[in-house]
Amino acid sequence: MIQLLDADGVRRDHPDYPLSISDGELRELYRDLVLVRRIDTEATALQRQGELGLWASLAGQEGAQIGAGRALRSQDYVFPTYREHGVAWCRDIDPVHILELFRGVSLAGGWDPSAHNMNLYTLVIGSQTLHSVGFAMGVVRDGMVGSGDTAADTAVLACFGDGATSQGDTNEAFVWAAASNLPVVFFCQNNQWAISEPVEKQSRVPLYQRAAGFGFPGVRVDGNDVLACLAVTRRALDDARSGQGPTLIEAYTYRMEAHTTSDDPTRYRNADEVARWAARDPIDRLRKHLDSRGLLDARFLDSVGEQSEQLAVRLRAATRAMPEPDPLSAFDHVYAEQTAELAQQRGQMREFLDSLEEVG
Amino acid sequence: MATERFLLPDVGEGLTEADILQWHVAPGDTVEVNQIIVEIETAKAAVELPAPFAGVVGALLVSVGQTVPVGAPIIEIETVSLDALPSDSAPALLVGYGPRDTSLHRRRRVAPAPVLTVVPAGPAPVLAKPPVRKLAKALGVDLVDVAGSGPGGVVTRLDVEAAATSSGVSAPSGAPSAVEERVPVRGLVRHMAAAMSLSVSTIPHVTVLLTIDMSATMELRERVNARPEFADARTSPLSFVARAALLALRRHPLLNSVWCDDPQEIVLRPAVNLGIAAATERGLIVPNIKDAAQLSLLELSTALRALAATARAGRSTPADLRDGTFTISNIGVFGVDAGTPIITPGESAILAFGAVRRQPWVITASDGSEAIEPRWVTQLSLSFDHRHIDGQAGSRFLADIGATLTDPALALL
Repeated sequence: MIQLLDADGVRRDHPDYPLSISDGELRELYRDLVLVRRIDTEATALQRQGELGLWASLAGQEGAQIGAGRALRSQDYVFPTYREHGVAWCRDIDPVHILELFRGVSLAGGWDPSAHNMNLYTLVIGSQTLHSVGFAMGVVRDGMVGSGDTAADTAVLACFGDGATSQGDTNEAFVWAAASNLPVVFFCQNNQWAISEPVEKQSRVPLYQRAAGFGFPGVRVDGNDVLACLAVTRRALDDARSGQGPTLIEAYTYRMEAHTTSDDPTRYRNADEVARWAARDPIDRLRKHLDSRGLLDARFLDSVGEQSEQLAVRLRAATRAMPEPDPLSAFDHVYAEQTAELAQQRGQMREFLDSLEEVG
Repeated sequence: MATERFLLPDVGEGLTEADILQWHVAPGDTVEVNQIIVEIETAKAAVELPAPFAGVVGALLVSVGQTVPVGAPIIEIETVSLDALPSDSAPALLVGYGPRDTSLHRRRRVAPAPVLTVVPAGPAPVLAKPPVRKLAKALGVDLVDVAGSGPGGVVTRLDVEAAATSSGVSAPSGAPSAVEERVPVRGLVRHMAAAMSLSVSTIPHVTVLLTIDMSATMELRERVNARPEFADARTSPLSFVARAALLALRRHPLLNSVWCDDPQEIVLRPAVNLGIAAATERGLIVPNIKDAAQLSLLELSTALRALAATARAGRSTPADLRDGTFTISNIGVFGVDAGTPIITPGESAILAFGAVRRQPWVITASDGSEAIEPRWVTQLSLSFDHRHIDGQAGSRFLADIGATLTDPALALL
């Protein structure tokens, strides 16, 4: 397992994954980690207060997501699951848009994918791996791979979890990516639990080893080590852009909270296991490292703390102020161009709405 | 200042109600946004709810033990900062309120009722503390008709009494205690009722009793507790009874099995998940110690303390309560000697441990002479499932436990 920062925050070198990183960049990674965790805790609270219908917590997976997210170049394209709040943060997607989804008031799906080079959250397990492969085929046909133009060559990052590796879609995506040597990085966050199903019941081999059978490299990285995730993903994306084909990255991490707010993990996993993983917290680890290098002065910590509280207050206020969507807008985002059938359905919906009257 | 009401949300996609387990705040307390204010129990899990508003708690609108429908107001908070609220005064759309709640549907069809008049708003819910509500019920006063004089319009005891007098509602001449009280069955009590009824109606119980002199174990306990490693985990007599039972279960695995009806077979459990019947404020629960036979006396003693503390705090998780294989009920702590305990569903036997008392006991010396001495005496009661455990098997198991407690050195054999 690739590790550049051990659980005590001590920096280690790895011959295959050299990483030179400035003090400023280290601090910004720390800021990212703290802020996305704050988004997560606020969203969980908002769900418990009836403001969101559901929330899927990323707690514990911040290191994996920020590492992968910060390895992206602007032209790269991401296909997420429904838990990629940290990657979305790195793509400059306002978390308010994510909360709109979980409040059920966004009929457009959250954000404009082409403005952020990040597709919409996908709730069907694993289907985004096929979308990413299809997108990568287009990238190849557009000549955006291996041209040597670093501002144009494009990689595709497909995010999924350990549970998705048992899906047919994901395995088909592996087949196509390998056969066509596509510029896809399969970024699997193995958080050990597919809702209540432990990963060891789904695979007889470590997940990263499956890549060998499809014919492309697989690597396991410490998913709670943001530096290792950054270095490993960066290299895999570089390989993809330069035409060397796909890589499977297994980021070995842990889902600290419930699968979603509707789940009760105490029914299927024990507290000892959670405590063991709490000791490998990705934020603690980077904090120790920064501290050991004297990079944690009070001014920096205050600025992160203040920014994090402001973010929480903004999310809370924005969530409460979200307008109800226009029911007809559901028809606007199905296809790029309206079809006759949809236009007819839209008309029927309009008639129905007109037959109602406000009473409250 | 504004009064905000927090409506019970659906925290788990499609839930319709929850039981109030514990309030963490009281009227007059200052609360911060996201401070945990109440713990609720849904059909899925026990969940802590954070305050959505900062301010001062005005009133708790529901009480502990009450089953509350999703969407009902549970607390009033006097907010101190208007900044935290949306600018318009209309209540914000709340999404987490389940599929059955129709109050959020603000439209209705025009066609069937074209002459539509204003739908009157229902009576505003009345604020009153539970004892006041009980008094109102006893006096026959409808709280909707009472103007509250308490803070925030809360109806007080005096308001109710005044209303009873002025409206001519004659208070029952007898004391309120003459009124029959009906307690709804819910939560753990409902669960206990179902589990015990199931056990008694499906398992042919037989109970055997054994009286023993456990003085040697009590002396051993004093020596063990004097050891430094037991300083923070002093053993109780129950620890030794549990240890003796675990040793006996190794020799009598049938007592750690369960009868299976379809197909008819006896399932022998590989590990002992030792259940301990625990009386809590909310009712009887039987959390268990997983794979207890692997634990040393020190570990077992520590686990028993932790289990009791967790149970008393109402924090036992569903995992703690599941998959038990054998139960001990420590009835001696209530000062009783013996009983006919009911087997926990899914198990085959339950041991009740009576009070340990100084009692006269006939001691036979090596020369055959007899004397009566005061000794530590207790009774063990074992109920077992007679479908697959006969009287001989059950009795031998109990005698085995008794022998170890009479002479704990036997554990070395």
